[in-house]
Amino acid sequence: MQRCGRVPLWLLGSVLLIRFTSGISAVDRDVQQTRPDSRPEPPSESTPNQSHADHGHGSSAVGGIPVVTFKWHHVETPYQVALWILVAGLAKLVIEANHHVTNVIPESALLICFGFILGGIIWGADKVQTFKLNPTVFFFYLLPQIILDTGYSMPNKLFFGNMGAILVYAVIGTCWNAASLGLSLWGCHQGGAMGDLDIGLLQYLLFGSLIAAVDPVAVIAVFEQVHVNEVLFILVFGESLLNDGVTVVLFNVFDAFVSLGGARINAVEIIKGIISFFVVAFGGSLLGLVFGLLISLLTKVTQKVKIIEPAFVFVLGYLSYLTAEMLSLSSILSITFCGVSCQKYINANMAESSVSTVRYVMKVFANGSETIIFVFLGISAIDTEIWVWNTGFILLTLFFIFVYRIIGVFFLTWILNRYRLVPVEFIDQVIMSYGGLRGAVAYGLATLLNESKIKEKNLMICTTLLVVYFTVILQGITMKPLVNWLKVKKAAVSELTLIEKLQSKVFDHMLVAIEDISGQIGHNYMRDKWNQFEERWMTRILMKKSVRKSRDCVFKVFHQLNLKDAMSYVAEGERRGSLEFVRNESAFIDFKKKFVDDCSGAMPDITACMSDDYSAMSSMSRIDQVPSVSLEMHEQNMKGVRETEDINTHHLLQQHLYKGRKQHRHRYSRSHFNVNKDENEVQEIFQRTMRNRLESFKSAKMGVSPPKKISKHTKKDQQQKVPNGKSTENGKRYFSGDEDFQFPEGDASGFAASDGSHPFPMTYRAGAGIENPAYIPDLDPMAAEIPPWLAEYDAGPVAPSQRAQLRLPWTPSDLGRLAPLRISTRSNDSFAQADAPAAQQKDDEPPTPSKRDGRNM
Amino acid sequence: LAKSCPGQETVTLYLRGVALRGRRPRPAPPSTSPPPASTSHPIKQEDNLTETRLVSHSQITRLYSRFTSLDKGENGTLSREDFQRIPELAINPLGDRIINAFFPEGEDQVNFRGFMRILAHFRPIEDNEKKSVAVSEPLNSRTNKLLFAFRLYDLDRDDKISREELLQVLRMMVGVNISDDQLGSIADRTIQEADTNGDNSISFNEFIKVLEKVDVEQKMSIRFLH
Repeated sequence: MQRCGRVPLWLLGSVLLIRFTSGISAVDRDVQQTRPDSRPEPPSESTPNQSHADHGHGSSAVGGIPVVTFKWHHVETPYQVALWILVAGLAKLVIEANHHVTNVIPESALLICFGFILGGIIWGADKVQTFKLNPTVFFFYLLPQIILDTGYSMPNKLFFGNMGAILVYAVIGTCWNAASLGLSLWGCHQGGAMGDLDIGLLQYLLFGSLIAAVDPVAVIAVFEQVHVNEVLFILVFGESLLNDGVTVVLFNVFDAFVSLGGARINAVEIIKGIISFFVVAFGGSLLGLVFGLLISLLTKVTQKVKIIEPAFVFVLGYLSYLTAEMLSLSSILSITFCGVSCQKYINANMAESSVSTVRYVMKVFANGSETIIFVFLGISAIDTEIWVWNTGFILLTLFFIFVYRIIGVFFLTWILNRYRLVPVEFIDQVIMSYGGLRGAVAYGLATLLNESKIKEKNLMICTTLLVVYFTVILQGITMKPLVNWLKVKKAAVSELTLIEKLQSKVFDHMLVAIEDISGQIGHNYMRDKWNQFEERWMTRILMKKSVRKSRDCVFKVFHQLNLKDAMSYVAEGERRGSLEFVRNESAFIDFKKKFVDDCSGAMPDITACMSDDYSAMSSMSRIDQVPSVSLEMHEQNMKGVRETEDINTHHLLQQHLYKGRKQHRHRYSRSHFNVNKDENEVQEIFQRTMRNRLESFKSAKMGVSPPKKISKHTKKDQQQKVPNGKSTENGKRYFSGDEDFQFPEGDASGFAASDGSHPFPMTYRAGAGIENPAYIPDLDPMAAEIPPWLAEYDAGPVAPSQRAQLRLPWTPSDLGRLAPLRISTRSNDSFAQADAPAAQQKDDEPPTPSKRDGRNM
Repeated sequence: LAKSCPGQETVTLYLRGVALRGRRPRPAPPSTSPPPASTSHPIKQEDNLTETRLVSHSQITRLYSRFTSLDKGENGTLSREDFQRIPELAINPLGDRIINAFFPEGEDQVNFRGFMRILAHFRPIEDNEKKSVAVSEPLNSRTNKLLFAFRLYDLDRDDKISREELLQVLRMMVGVNISDDQLGSIADRTIQEADTNGDNSISFNEFIKVLEKVDVEQKMSIRFLH
């Protein structure tokens, strides 16, 4: 409630800010208007400004040294830009502060309304609309990053899986919308429904083409908040993305026709128009692909300049847009395909920090421009100049847009459903036709119209704006209730599980095999061929060798799950206050980034979910510091946590945590975050600790401690705290050199290490007769390191790490415990029995048979 | 020319089945045609036949010609070698498993009926099929699709996927870069995810349960061409 109280304050603040900017520009205009004499002749028009600015400079030279000078004109444009960005940001902040409002009304609609208010204020101050959405600004500075972001975070498999349908909707659907709207309006005009308007058939078609396209910005803004099922989402979203390209092409073609004049259009020109349509669309896409490959190639070699690595992605992406624009190809398609084609390779090639930077910056840009676009769409409305009312034209446009969208969607889906494996359901079709939101692209195109050729430009702008408001605000608001009411299949919140991943792979292979057997070249066959091609050529050329090796789907999921467990483990440790190092904020964030990176293949939603998890986790971990409470919670939570932690995870965690530690040494460098690696020092500390630990280890119980001592340990926690923190630190320091994230080697060496430094577990393992010798050759001297959780369990371990060992059938030290665990699910007695001998250090035979039982079951 | 093989008989049966099913205006594609087993009472006595039935006449004839072209021995049945001759299957990690699935236990020949029976698992489920209460569950039902997938793992047919069986499949599926250790822990973890009764293996019920969110109907369906 207090938050709500603050909202007006925010509003007031931003309003004041607006007053300030507009006030200044008003003053500025006053300055210009007070010299009406200088207006008529153009050359002298710039003089007042010039002299003004010069004055600012000059005064410092002539009239002594002024302490402060006010040089508004010096900074005017960038200052205004910055202020507008700030205002848009504040607007978003205000809107986001009211969750109960954004639940009902989509953000985009609220932003437009906010724009109305701002526009009203500005208009009230200036009596003229000073700020408008300028097509140059829109197409060159606001749109590219949004499209790049959508392309970059496109769920590729889904997108290409439904490519056929998307293309049909985007190309045929858009053409249908444009043509039908243009012709119908023209027909109505001929029928006299609109009174006296100076619009010809071609102009109507031009208008139809500019307003035909569903707008990606608006669609994302609305559909993001309604979690419809992924197929429906990708259909609407993919359509909106691709049809922008189509609509721009159509617009250009018709624009050319209009300039040509109706009389001179013959069959040749029309054919040329159609050809140019295809050239522009496919050329743009191809150009984007080329740029995407270029980015991929470039990121292959940029590991030396990690810090500017992300910039390449943005610059080349933007260049693909500009190049397409230059060649008069479809720039939107170009940048879309640039993002789509490069995402996989750059995510693999770049360092994970760069990947998360790209991801994050991309979102910042896209979200920022989206906000600005909507605010300006609102502001642009408050302008008396463009309000030309023609009831017939406007209402008929709204009506036709709505109706033809529905007809188009249903007809095309009817055709598509005959060929689709899983038909698009009726309800989905309703949502698709209702989701035909128009947006800023249409407005941008409308403002591009040439007034000398199209007399009713303002009417068209006005109608476009109304259509945008109508669709974004009204349809946007009603979308969610409609989705709920129609019970549209929502996106399932899928929990990542290994078996699902494995099974989906199995399904893929199975389908390909069945297609092969039945001798048909179907969808799966094509996909398989493409995968093979990609594996053989694309990946080889575009991906770094090191990453190429360590890619496997199932393994990746395993890896992610482990990370997740590690996070809950860390949160657990944090809660208990025993893992000091986790407090290191940057470390945790570092870790989290990695985690998010790993979800690169997943849908953005999932990633978002995970980051939510993360924030929940981190906030939770910071809250409870009360030991008594945390003890309780710990007990509970440990039971809840699935018993899946293992050494890999912790080891991994270790490596990542270390980086954060390094960052804490304050040394400024523009190009490197972590420059100080005093290897010798690190080595020394490490050796010393290891020696000490070995001593203590030998004298102690030889590391086979009974697993179920959690409650006891938590009581001992206070004492453990200090050594625990220390040793982990050492471990971390040691692993500093290991910049690359190499899971397999890492964990193998970890185990090897425990073998090497403790002869006892080694013999123990031999006695157990494990049949898998895979890790023996891994005895790597470099890795003479005991992961702290391993090293410490003689002293009384942190509970989770002990759990972790339970889960490892292949660590020497846990072989004995594997069996007790398995048995323990049935009987506590055998569990205790198996443990008792284990605790008596020397006796390692008893667990062996039981372990083998457990194995052979 | 005088190839009078069992397959040919079966295919005529199929054709009859199609013909008897009522004169539909056109050989409809899978998405629009209404061929639920329950509505086709004229051929109820050939229940297992209707089960295996694919959708249209043309699909069956096409698949039959595929069958004969695979049948190098020209004896109306396919042997393992016939399948193994398909070049793409050689590079499919699960190729051999899938070939195995075509052969009933203990047999090394499959006739056209058996061939179609397996392929029928992959027919997409249609809307009206979901609702209709079929006398016998059609082969392309969710459960049967899953059962087919389950059998790919379950080599010893004890209706459990043991750790060893899972490991074998995993080994086929993942690259060589993953060590046996890691694979072992992946297998362990996979079993843990599914295992509810603690017997360290995945029973069919557990298998169904753990995959209940997966859109099996879609992921295990193929549009058979006409």
